[in-house]
Amino acid sequence: MQIATKRHTGAASRVRTNSKSSLVRDWQLYLLLLLPLAYFFIFKYIPMLGAVIAFKDYNMFQGVLASPWVGFETFREVFAMNGFYIALRNTFMLNLLDLLISFPIPIILAILLNELRVKWFKKGAQTILYLPHFISWVIIGGMAIQLLATNNGIVNNILKSFGMQPVPFLTEPFYWVITYLGIGVWQSAGWGTIIYLAALTGINKDLYEAADVDGATRMRKIWHITLPGIKPTIVILLIINIGHMATIGFDRPFVLSNPLVTDVSEVISTYVYKIGIQSARYTIATAIGLFQAVVGLIFLLSADYISRKVNDQGIW
Amino acid sequence: MKPYGNDKVIDMTIMSLIFIAGIFCLVPLLHIFALSLSANGPILSGKVTIFPVDIDFTAYKTVFGNPAMIHSLFFTIGLVALFTVISMFMTVIAAYPLTKPRLKGRNFFLLFIVLTMFFSGGMIPDYLLVKNLMLLDTIWALILPGMINAFYLIIIKTFFSSIPVELEESARMDGAGHFKILTHVVLPLSLPVLATLSLFYAVGRWNGFMDALLYITNAELYPLQLKLYEMVINSQVNDMAIAEGMNAAAPIPESLKAASIMFATIPILLVYPWLQRYFISGMMIGAVKG
Repeated sequence: MQIATKRHTGAASRVRTNSKSSLVRDWQLYLLLLLPLAYFFIFKYIPMLGAVIAFKDYNMFQGVLASPWVGFETFREVFAMNGFYIALRNTFMLNLLDLLISFPIPIILAILLNELRVKWFKKGAQTILYLPHFISWVIIGGMAIQLLATNNGIVNNILKSFGMQPVPFLTEPFYWVITYLGIGVWQSAGWGTIIYLAALTGINKDLYEAADVDGATRMRKIWHITLPGIKPTIVILLIINIGHMATIGFDRPFVLSNPLVTDVSEVISTYVYKIGIQSARYTIATAIGLFQAVVGLIFLLSADYISRKVNDQGIW
Repeated sequence: MKPYGNDKVIDMTIMSLIFIAGIFCLVPLLHIFALSLSANGPILSGKVTIFPVDIDFTAYKTVFGNPAMIHSLFFTIGLVALFTVISMFMTVIAAYPLTKPRLKGRNFFLLFIVLTMFFSGGMIPDYLLVKNLMLLDTIWALILPGMINAFYLIIIKTFFSSIPVELEESARMDGAGHFKILTHVVLPLSLPVLATLSLFYAVGRWNGFMDALLYITNAELYPLQLKLYEMVINSQVNDMAIAEGMNAAAPIPESLKAASIMFATIPILLVYPWLQRYFISGMMIGAVKG
């Protein structure tokens, strides 16, 4: 520690007296950084600048810079598109339902896992519960189609054997939404426990011992010690999730959707793909993406503001 | 002691609930596995649950005998290997300089990198960039745009920072430069975190789908996920057309779809024990802000 501080102050004063020498002295470090910084500039910052085509009449042959400006013309066009509102509505609807259903389950699972006393059982359970997180959405989509098929999927075969009507899980909008949510739980509930389990290890063991002396039951200990112990984590994750309300991944809605349910399955990300890539209407699709990014940023900043009020700590 | 009997009941209840959750996670995979190994007859009459009925390897023989599928497998393995090597190289050479407090402009570089975690140009500007760089329909379209994951970069940087300065200091006394310190001191001490993040990069690339959908139209360059998408998910629309009595291509047998799904899943299941040994510690390092 002493060496570190000494070296640090020594270096700082040298830099102040002769700033030119820092490039000479640290040239190896700058050389190492060169390629990565070039990467971030080319593949991250140039597309950010490229998003200005939302305000231009982009012409592939003229390029981004030379194409003429059109102001908010493209956005006016976007706001007149019916499909845009449907995609926006579906994005918020699916995210909100996802939050209501997928958010509490990892908390419950984590508390249950934490209560397990048999070590090998706990380890084994964690191994199995984390597994779905590592399976790609394409594979999950393929499995869903096989398991949930109306004519010969195993789930419907079981329902039929109980004398029930087959359920069109993937082809009828209402059931599709339920399927979408259920698959989300399957994929993420186990993985979501990790952060709560980490928070649970931070709870002071003395509290439980004190409660034992007072003769508290398991339920009371969970209610009065465990839950308050992870409350800050719950609040912060809830706020982060609300902050992401306007953004939605591409793979999950894309692989699960089909032409019969686009009324509920078309979200901003898949709509941008449809308009931009499949129809090559680049400026319109860019404008939709930009609109979503701005709304997403407003949500995120509001979430951060609320977090600072509630927790005295931002979400970053 | 009365509470003890009660406690046993609660323990059993909790174990059963977790057990049910575990079953819920595993059963879909087991069923697909059973389908892939079953004969067509039992599948069509709905007799297959989580155990194969009339074990039949035809589906696997078809998958392994399909040159396009094998080509896609080897292409994907090559892609994943190349991507992982390049990504790790780039991430390490970015992380090391950023651990040096005396580096001028360090905070600016960090901000420059972290900002990209919150802002992006979006799908279409990314696509146009790849197009303008003439990378469409090349393997580089699947490697270069996602080469460095800023979050992994922060994890590695945090780990490098935790290495005692004294070790580097003594190497410097012996006349070692930064390159030598990085390769002979820092990297050998970071093998666990390097292994973890290599696996994460590899799994991410193996499972990646959207970029291939956008950037690749040449079937020769289809990664396995895109191939699988075309085969299993896109064929759903075809199956619907058949159900409605329209003219369409012959349906793909269920066992063949299942075998293809297993074909793309088994590599993940094989590396999963290593993955899960490291990911929790990896995530913990990342959680401690650098």
